[in-house]
Amino acid sequence: MWYHKPVIDKELLQSLPNLKIVASSGVGIDHLDLNLLSSCGVKVSNTPFIVSTDTADLGMALMLASSRRLVEGYEMAVSPDTEYFPADWLGAEVSGATLGIVGMGTIGYKVAERAKSFEMKILYHNRNQRKKEEESAVGAVYCKKIDDLLQQSDFVLLAVNLTAQTHKLIGKRELELMKPTATLINISRGLVVDQDALVEALQNKIIKAAALDVTYPEPLPRDHPLLKLKNVIITPHIGSATKKTRRVMMEEMSESIQAGLAGLPIPHEVL
Amino acid sequence: LSKKIQAIYLWWHKPVIDRELLQSLPNLKVIANSGVGMDHLDLKLIASFGVKMANAPRAVSSSTADAGMALLLASARRLVEVYHIAISSSMDYCEADILGVEVAGATLGIIGMGSIGYKIALRAKAFKMNILYHNRTQRKAQEEQAVGAVYCEKIDSLLQQADFVMVVVSLTPQTRNLIGKRELELMKPTATLINISRGAVVDQEALVRALQTGVIRAAALDVTYPEPLPRDHPLLKLKNVIITPHLGIKTDKATYMITEEAVENILAALNGLPVPNEVLPS
Repeated sequence: MWYHKPVIDKELLQSLPNLKIVASSGVGIDHLDLNLLSSCGVKVSNTPFIVSTDTADLGMALMLASSRRLVEGYEMAVSPDTEYFPADWLGAEVSGATLGIVGMGTIGYKVAERAKSFEMKILYHNRNQRKKEEESAVGAVYCKKIDDLLQQSDFVLLAVNLTAQTHKLIGKRELELMKPTATLINISRGLVVDQDALVEALQNKIIKAAALDVTYPEPLPRDHPLLKLKNVIITPHIGSATKKTRRVMMEEMSESIQAGLAGLPIPHEVL
Repeated sequence: LSKKIQAIYLWWHKPVIDRELLQSLPNLKVIANSGVGMDHLDLKLIASFGVKMANAPRAVSSSTADAGMALLLASARRLVEVYHIAISSSMDYCEADILGVEVAGATLGIIGMGSIGYKIALRAKAFKMNILYHNRTQRKAQEEQAVGAVYCEKIDSLLQQADFVMVVVSLTPQTRNLIGKRELELMKPTATLINISRGAVVDQEALVRALQTGVIRAAALDVTYPEPLPRDHPLLKLKNVIITPHLGIKTDKATYMITEEAVENILAALNGLPVPNEVLPS
């Protein structure tokens, strides 16, 4: 299964009586009905850890590109109309700013490790608080209430998985709690954000900017307002898109499939 | 008015400081530069008029290091290309066309390990990069260990091993065209050149040829010569090049801090006190 295709529904499962295993690429399994698959006796695997470093790197890349206006700057640098670079064209500083990480799993923690080297102040919100040593290693401060994180952060980075609890986690209320100078970065799933509320917030300057590797749907319809906003960077879900990582993902998927077909314990099985 | 002027705060190389200007300002005591680079100033000429010069070295280092990392990541992950794919009116693209290269575990070669170069090393370490560096002088052992950086006395050794080459030197007669045809050919064909120093440190024509013929994989340039480039310049058209408009220090925070440093320097000079960031002609 690559990029959520094919769609696994009852009809497909009924038409494949000998299906033993669905190996899904990446870590997210929100697109799979696990109960349905289990009831048909089909096993499921993913590729959980290999994606985390590249995804954390992309989160940092998006934060830096957004704050320093990299895409706009590139367009200015190459535009046929450019005669000079204006002296008052400025971005916002990343070093020393406050980063709020929503979802401090493997990916969120790797983002924290990177952000620490930029002397960022790190806040995080998570279902559970991390161990003290883990917090001290990156200088991260736990915000039991997401509101506290939203109110203090210059950058809010979403690294949760998509579940019933995180669906539309960031909506109108959350966006209004954020600073008007803040940037939202989403490397989790499009549905974690109420996209219509996000469009409104960006249009009305409730928040300053957004950088999204994920949307709902992917890709967005070509006339979607998010594609036209100047203060938005969108990338086509490339969190794990490096040659090396993709090769490892495919190797892991093959391993899981072979184990599944041989009736052996499946590496990276999702239960 | 010209007799009243005692200090000049130079913003982006304006005004141009030439003999004519210096002769017209008999009471000029100090020129404070916004930023660290002094290559646009004739230091000997200015000193001959008894005018002190100062730069703003501390304020620039974090912002410029951040910009260097931003360019490295944007290039590795092909951010500009994939952004255009994401917003384009047609969504037909091939998966294989959007794959980037890994940063973790890759080797970063830093040419010029001053304050900015060192801050880049601190950041790159957090991304689990292997760090090599080339510098006029080797850093202290503790400084090297803190970032896991290995000294390359010969630039060739750095160029041959690095996946990303980051140029962070100041522009001097020794560093002009430091990266030319020979150096580009020493680099891996899979390597990326990132320049956040000065356009003239790189032989631009050699760079264009190297990028066109696959001698190196890509380049990310915050600086060129001139700035901006003529609109028909080949660098503007290459798919494997990201150019940014000299944004290294262009943040609200950095410009504020630069101005603070410049004011400190100016007040010290006008009060006959030692100038904190005085730059002498070498």
